[in-house]
Amino acid sequence: MADAIETTLPTQQLEAMKGVKKVPLEEFFTSGHRTCQGCESALVMKLMVKAAGPRTIVLGSTGCMYVANTTYYSTSWVVPWMHTQLGSSGSAGMGTAAALKVLMRKGKMKEEPINVIAFCGDGGGADMGLSAISAALTHPQYNFLILLYDNESYANTDIQLSGLTPYGAHTTFSPPGKAKRIMHRRWKKNVAGMLAAGHPECRYVATVDASYAVEMMNRVRKALTIGGPTFIHSLDPCPKGWDYDPMLSHELGELAVDAGVWPLYEVENGLLKLYGRTKQIAEKRARRKPVRDFLLKQGRFAHFTDDDIDYFQAKIDEMWTKWLIPGVIPFHTELDRDQPPA
Amino acid sequence: MAQAVEKVATSPKEHDALISGSEAIAVACKLADVDVITAYPIRPYDTVMQYVAKLVSNGELDCEYIVAESEHSQFEIVKHASAAGARVFCGSSGVGWMYAFEALTVTPALRIPMVAMVGNRALDDPGAFGVEHNDALAVRDLGWQLVWVDNAQEALDTALIAYRVAEDRRVFLPCAIACDGAFLTHSQSQVKIPPQEWVKRFLPPYNRGDLLLHPDNPITVAPQVNEDWLMEIRKHNDEAMKRSKTVIREAYAEFAKIFGRDYGNPFFEEYQTQDADVVLVGMGTLSMPVKVAIRRMRAEGKKVGFVRIRWFRPFVAEELAATLGRFKAVGIIDRDFSFGSPYTSGVLATEVRAALYPAEKRPPVLAFICGLGGREVTVPDVQRMSEMLLRAAAGERQPLTTWVGIRE
Repeated sequence: MADAIETTLPTQQLEAMKGVKKVPLEEFFTSGHRTCQGCESALVMKLMVKAAGPRTIVLGSTGCMYVANTTYYSTSWVVPWMHTQLGSSGSAGMGTAAALKVLMRKGKMKEEPINVIAFCGDGGGADMGLSAISAALTHPQYNFLILLYDNESYANTDIQLSGLTPYGAHTTFSPPGKAKRIMHRRWKKNVAGMLAAGHPECRYVATVDASYAVEMMNRVRKALTIGGPTFIHSLDPCPKGWDYDPMLSHELGELAVDAGVWPLYEVENGLLKLYGRTKQIAEKRARRKPVRDFLLKQGRFAHFTDDDIDYFQAKIDEMWTKWLIPGVIPFHTELDRDQPPA
Repeated sequence: MAQAVEKVATSPKEHDALISGSEAIAVACKLADVDVITAYPIRPYDTVMQYVAKLVSNGELDCEYIVAESEHSQFEIVKHASAAGARVFCGSSGVGWMYAFEALTVTPALRIPMVAMVGNRALDDPGAFGVEHNDALAVRDLGWQLVWVDNAQEALDTALIAYRVAEDRRVFLPCAIACDGAFLTHSQSQVKIPPQEWVKRFLPPYNRGDLLLHPDNPITVAPQVNEDWLMEIRKHNDEAMKRSKTVIREAYAEFAKIFGRDYGNPFFEEYQTQDADVVLVGMGTLSMPVKVAIRRMRAEGKKVGFVRIRWFRPFVAEELAATLGRFKAVGIIDRDFSFGSPYTSGVLATEVRAALYPAEKRPPVLAFICGLGGREVTVPDVQRMSEMLLRAAAGERQPLTTWVGIRE
């Protein structure tokens, strides 16, 4: 039995921060970057590594958070940082964690728990890198976190649609035209739900939103402390890609949750917990706002007709009313229907 | 094999084992105390990973052994492990190697001293298991050191040398050991396995120094550059590849001292060239039929020699040109193709012609495409090529490129 489960290195025990006043002042992602005004993903980077602390290695796959953050000779990273290829966040996290594990075991490196975080954008994570992330999450013997910062397009290359671009959004690969108003007809992938459901040995999967900064940082801390490979999906409003005034980033992050478009939840050792505003909505302590309020603040949906908005609303309603687990598991069972009435 | 490896730990002397080329490289991984190894199946290279897996499961090799979900991940995982200070091993064949191509591109650019085995295999389509050299040759411009070996002993020895060269701070470039599929990966021969103690003396620990990715050394690796710095960074790699020649020479000299096996010129082997009128040039296991044919032709008084190129990158152009300049005609046997290339020959022929151009003595060069898809290079094939060379040496006009051993 002892041989059945491979040992894992101890992790850093990072405690949850109780309130914004308990957040450390130290920054590990500082000046030197050149992200856009109002960039929510840059905030995610800053909060992510602030939560993790100085004994952390960060691997970043190609995307905005590579190109804009690490200009030669003006890196914004205080902790060690390395580029990885677009589809390689899973492999980067696993390779680094494997090296630390074996070098410490063989006495070639001083033993200490070192956080490993590999981040990817929605293109790198949900399109090209999905296979490597999936594989990485099946290796419980290595400690690392994969953080997907989702600004809902290939924003670095000029706003092209990705597997996580919402239905109907205007991108440079899906411009509304005279013959086709809606060019992008695919529904956004449910990445966190898919990874949580598909990787039973993964101890922690969460969705986060940096508009709720302390909650977001605490989830990073939990993911790093719990051990094994873990996954966090962050929804990041993007002024350039979503086409809105940069001062609205924070508000749009809140609206995504309030409208029920972006459910906040964590799956910890198999236990699903909704949290924050999402929990209030699920428990009927708060009302979902209409998606119209969320969509029409963004230029990428400016071409939407009322019918388009109704369709979008109906899909979100379906997520909350028909899904087996609202916002997480997108199917229902025949079993429920077949039950004889009590 | 278990027996073969167990002895290593206890015996101060080398011992013999009957093993394949793949197995020889697996043994080298054990001797080199490799830290992280990633596997993904594709024939024929994957036999090395089967042997590695046995070493791991029997507790004879302490490493992180990860079965990846694709070749791309396979190479990316070890790339990152190496950046964090681990000695790594990887490998692939044919289209598997091509699937990893993005990772293969960034590995030398990041100065990662990975050692990989390529079990040379024809590229799809159509599917074919047999040897062609196009897979490994595809990385020839990227900063990979490329060495072809032709027997299991040389495979083992070269793997140890490859770690020493790749991990030398003057080089810090990856090295791929190319082994002909089936002919070497799957064929057994008698191999002398050195004791661990000798390897320790030969191979210092991997020290990534100021390039180590660790909280004690908080560097940013591969930040975004554009026209303002990229050219200088490329030049660093160019200089490293140039220095690799010196480091390879030193490594072979040291290897001969410690292990008692002297390979002479590390870059290419000469066979019966001293008095030769014409020579054939090739890489890998085709040396066997070539050498047999040469012995037969010598018996008929035909002075044919052979130059087997080991290190294709770095390519020792001046030295090779000076050697080839001694002969009346030179025939290059390519176990690869390069469609639309100069004189529609193969990669090796194009490189050798380029190497000869600035040389004082430029014998006529005939290119031969032979043994593709694992087709056997036969003794009569070699005799036919040699006859053409002898005619060219006599001043007779010959075609610049000929496909040999092909249905008419």
